[in-house]
Amino acid sequence: MLLHLPSASTYSGDVDGLVLWVTLLTGFWFFAAEGMFFWLMWRFRARPGVKSQYITGKEPHLKQWINVPHTIILVFDVIIIVMAVRVWVKVKQTMPPADDTVRIVSEQWAWTFEHSGADGKIDTGDDVWTSDTLHVEVNKTYHFMLQSKDVIHSFFVPVFRLKQDAIPGRTISGWFKPTKTGTYDILCAEICGIGHGIMGGEIVIETPEQHALWVSQHSVVADAGATAADSTTTPAGAKN
Amino acid sequence: MSVKTIATQRASMNIPTGRLAVWWVLVSEIVIFGGVLVSYLMHRLGHPEWGEQAAYTNMWIGATNTFVLLTSSLSAVLAHQAAEKGDGPKAARLLYLTVLGGLTFLVIKSFEWTHEIREGFVLQSGGFWSYYYTAAGLHAFHVMAGMGVILWVANDAKKNQELHRVENVGIYWHFVDIVWIFLFPLLYIAK
Amino acid sequence: MAEIAHEHGHLPAGHGHAESNWFIKYLWSTDHKVISLQYMFTGMFMAMIAGFMAYVFRMQIAYPGMNVPFFGHVSPGAYNSLITNHGSIMVFWVAMPVLLAGFGNFLIPLMCGCDDMVFPRINRLSYQLFFISAVVLIVSWFVPGGGFGGAWTAYPPLSAVGKYNLTPMGSSLWVLAVALEFVAFLLGGINFIVTAMNARAPGMKAFDVPLAVWMIVVASLLFMASVGPLIAGAVMLLFDQNLGTGFYNPTRGGDPVLWQHLFWFFGHPEVYVVLLPAMGIVAEVITVFSRKKMFGYKTVIYTVVATGVLSFFVWAHHQFVAGIDPRMANVFTVTTVIISIPIAEMCFLYIATLYGGSITFTTPMLWALAFIAEFLIGGVTGIYLGASGADIFFHDTYFVVAHFHYTFYPIAIIGTLAGITFWFPKIFGKMMNETMGKIHFWGTIIPFNFIFIPMFFLGMEGEHRRIYDYTNFPDLANPWAVSMRITSTVALVVMLLFQFIFLFNFIYSMLRGPKAEKNPWKSNTLEWTADSPPPHGNWREMPTVYRGPYEYATPGRETDYWPQDERA
Repeated sequence: MLLHLPSASTYSGDVDGLVLWVTLLTGFWFFAAEGMFFWLMWRFRARPGVKSQYITGKEPHLKQWINVPHTIILVFDVIIIVMAVRVWVKVKQTMPPADDTVRIVSEQWAWTFEHSGADGKIDTGDDVWTSDTLHVEVNKTYHFMLQSKDVIHSFFVPVFRLKQDAIPGRTISGWFKPTKTGTYDILCAEICGIGHGIMGGEIVIETPEQHALWVSQHSVVADAGATAADSTTTPAGAKN
Repeated sequence: MSVKTIATQRASMNIPTGRLAVWWVLVSEIVIFGGVLVSYLMHRLGHPEWGEQAAYTNMWIGATNTFVLLTSSLSAVLAHQAAEKGDGPKAARLLYLTVLGGLTFLVIKSFEWTHEIREGFVLQSGGFWSYYYTAAGLHAFHVMAGMGVILWVANDAKKNQELHRVENVGIYWHFVDIVWIFLFPLLYIAK
Repeated sequence: MAEIAHEHGHLPAGHGHAESNWFIKYLWSTDHKVISLQYMFTGMFMAMIAGFMAYVFRMQIAYPGMNVPFFGHVSPGAYNSLITNHGSIMVFWVAMPVLLAGFGNFLIPLMCGCDDMVFPRINRLSYQLFFISAVVLIVSWFVPGGGFGGAWTAYPPLSAVGKYNLTPMGSSLWVLAVALEFVAFLLGGINFIVTAMNARAPGMKAFDVPLAVWMIVVASLLFMASVGPLIAGAVMLLFDQNLGTGFYNPTRGGDPVLWQHLFWFFGHPEVYVVLLPAMGIVAEVITVFSRKKMFGYKTVIYTVVATGVLSFFVWAHHQFVAGIDPRMANVFTVTTVIISIPIAEMCFLYIATLYGGSITFTTPMLWALAFIAEFLIGGVTGIYLGASGADIFFHDTYFVVAHFHYTFYPIAIIGTLAGITFWFPKIFGKMMNETMGKIHFWGTIIPFNFIFIPMFFLGMEGEHRRIYDYTNFPDLANPWAVSMRITSTVALVVMLLFQFIFLFNFIYSMLRGPKAEKNPWKSNTLEWTADSPPPHGNWREMPTVYRGPYEYATPGRETDYWPQDERA
């Protein structure tokens, strides 16, 4: 709804809704103020024989033109705050039960994704590691574990309206639930060096059949080398 | 040639200009040290194991240095009293004592740090030591700068010139003292 | 200390400094007017460099891979360095020196009826340190590895580790330059605060002080109270870069996010540090050219102080998605949205000042009015970013870039031009050309909007920041987005070309403009009672003040203005 940008998660509509409300509530005051401003410029332009008036700003009938808008703005601000906090809590402070989990590893200058594989459990031998392309299934709730190997990066999926910085030394969690199939950009939204501009990724949102097919083609039954301890290094054989 | 402007001699707020200036300098210094110390505190609380490293600082040396600085502040107060009475040479002598106190502080600190470095505790030895040397080092830098300014003021004072500066430089020195009063428990006592 | 009515000023002949040589007079002076010009010219020079940098990187964005005229091919590393230095220069080496130090130095002694600042030698030292900081920054672009490219926000670990940023020398020199600049402004601030507080002309009470002075003093207070933690942080960053410490290194027990807190604790008040002088300048201009008292002078001061205090409690709105505790985000969204209230009130008071006025649209007035109109856009778009739920999407997109250019550009460019065109007659004793002034105005304002409005829309598409080539991202490489980027760039080039008119007007008027009288704008404030330009020491007889600064259209008087120093 945000201009041309598709809406592809369960909360992208909430974010767009907040943006719309901010537009309406602040837009009202913006146009009112600019309108009054330009009208005053025209109305009180210098004319021969007309003197300016001696006004301190304490005159009650004039002061109310400041005080009344002031109060209404306060009310509008409270509305905006409540709406913003609601969206924030939904996206960043709740973790609905997960259908699946992905690990997202960022580094100078690529994305690596660990998918749970055929067994549906992350950090097991059949996990699927990919470079730059994240495969997810529509209408499934995902938890993500976001990491960085070096500097601060940021995992940004515009169609989800989701963003989270990746901080080295930490694993940061979040969630999303895709609602629309298709292939969309994953962007790194924190300057991370000279390769910041080539650090694009792709999220491929698949139907259950497409996703099952992809998993079966790439998920290999457990072998000795790939264990949870290797989670910050990409095992040999990472494929798209 | 002194550039004494008319502006410098006015006092619209009924406070002498120099004293007002020193208080504002202190405001900005408080936030500089505040920044270092709050960062340190937040990290220390998040890293209880730093307490093991902190055990290696010598509380007795720290306490001695605290005593030295407090004494040098006392001498600065007495210098101010002398300046108020118009006795420039006496104020200067007391200021020289303050400088001596600062010097003593720095000498003790240099022995302390030499010992700690020999034991292998350097700036890069980990979180606690990085903050220890940075905070105390920043403080020591202010001690040195303060000593320089005090000497310059004392030099004028002994000729009975610019006596109002004795009080102002004393205010700065008390601040340096107070910063140490915060550093001492944070770096030496909390273990 | 006794106030002396009719203090005698000091002019060169009666004072004992012989007519000094050129070096002493212009490069080693302690005269606040000379120091103010040193700051202003240095700032304007740095603005030309930063403007050129914007031209180069925007050409790269619009036409990726092209050979940019007067620069050449832009590599990814060069691109990062250009955007980093553009931002750093505009904030620290343009807005601060021109608005705070330039206008502050010129106006405070004159508007307060002083012969100079209270500590002229410290004033000189502050400029010298500032000059050195600019030299250090410029040197940083020519060392092996090139200039720092980690953005003006310099987040570690990128900024702290040479193998990550690939500009180890440039990075350290950048931090050093910023730290020196901070020290220079701490020294300068002492003069502004103490002079305005303590050295006012006899009869000038606190609420007789013009708003420009009030604003600059509050800005200096904000700066002094907020920069400390970042100085501490900068020292720690320099240590991490060069001495192997790990303050920001998670593998050594440090925390990258610590830097962000230290940076933004200063960074947010800093935007008000530069906003306030610009608003002060605008207040002086709109009162004079509408021939009116400021609407609610005292209320303006109260809202300014409220904004200043609140500004210390909003900083983490820059860090909503940075990995801070999500519960903290709620606190900061509340404070951030609330701070819009005193700011909106200030804007409304300024707009209300026009009511009942007699408005002439001189060049300075055009700039002052444009400031308000454009800053309002910046202000309201800030709400989108302060609302945490929306910021999840907008953070680090071009929406942010558009928002802050709609605040910073009015502050640093529009406000500055209002001030320069207004006080030019007093500073140089000559009048600027009005026709050229108006052409320059329209040729700047119209393109300005075409540069940044497209960026709001690009941001809404999810276009992220600090990217040298958007063709790498399929969803952002569409023809609509490309045309938006080209529009911005073309508008920038047009705007930059119009600045030559200003340069010509400035230099020509300085050398050959018509002579200016003492008070060409018929203003009340004290600087207009001194000669144009004021001599060393400012007045032969120091002024005494009898009323406030905005007695325009006072009932019962023939003339529509009433200078502060005129006896009844």
